[in-house]
Amino acid sequence: MSRTPLSSIALVLLASLIGSFGAVFLKMGAAHLNRGFRYIVNWQLALGIALFVGSSVPFLMGLRHGELSVLYPMVSLSYVCALFWSKLFFNESITKAKVGALMLILAGIVCIGIGGQ
Amino acid sequence: MASSAAAIPRQAARQPNKSVYMVLGCTVFAATAQVLMKFGATHPMPAVSPAETATWLPFLNALLHNFPLLLGYTAHSCNAMLLILALREGELSMLYPIIALTYVWVNLLSMYFFGEHLNPWKAVGIALVIGGVALMGRASARS
Repeated sequence: MSRTPLSSIALVLLASLIGSFGAVFLKMGAAHLNRGFRYIVNWQLALGIALFVGSSVPFLMGLRHGELSVLYPMVSLSYVCALFWSKLFFNESITKAKVGALMLILAGIVCIGIGGQ
Repeated sequence: MASSAAAIPRQAARQPNKSVYMVLGCTVFAATAQVLMKFGATHPMPAVSPAETATWLPFLNALLHNFPLLLGYTAHSCNAMLLILALREGELSMLYPIIALTYVWVNLLSMYFFGEHLNPWKAVGIALVIGGVALMGRASARS
């Protein structure tokens, strides 16, 4: 951890937070398509894509310093954020199966991060 | 799961939601895009300086001939399009983490294209991510 400055960790966490909001707006915008394909142009989709693209800025800034094996798994925290936003904005249930699957995925990404050193 | 009884009833088909397969397709596009962009990044490009207009055209010309990069962007666009279509239905909390499968493909493709080696940590990580995604798929079949 010592070689990974706190500022890099903060930047990467910020990137995952922005990314998770990107997913929320993408989902909101995608719902418009159920009324017809011509509804593809809507502000929620535009904002969702902008947030996804925008999240790469703090991510790349964070990656300039610090260890990839520490920072890389942190991106997957956006999945955890998305779980809570899904509950908050779309009233999706947080089930044991979802949490279990998410934990496996997170553990896997941590392992891949360690292996990538 | 007790809470799934409260969920919106779906078709009785006991197989993963269609959206799950679409997101699986997204991960293939995303991984392909990453590999192509890595190739594109090593493609020789002329120096460009925003202040000198004379350098713009050669750079643009080289950019348009950097096919790995262009294909990479195309794959990224396909990924975005398919993700939007997938998110029309299905739960975000289930579909979003499936994107993690991209890491698995990137690792496997890197072994093939860039000669990277598989080590025990990576192997365990890949197995865990695949297991997690499979569990998510099963959960979507029950909801």
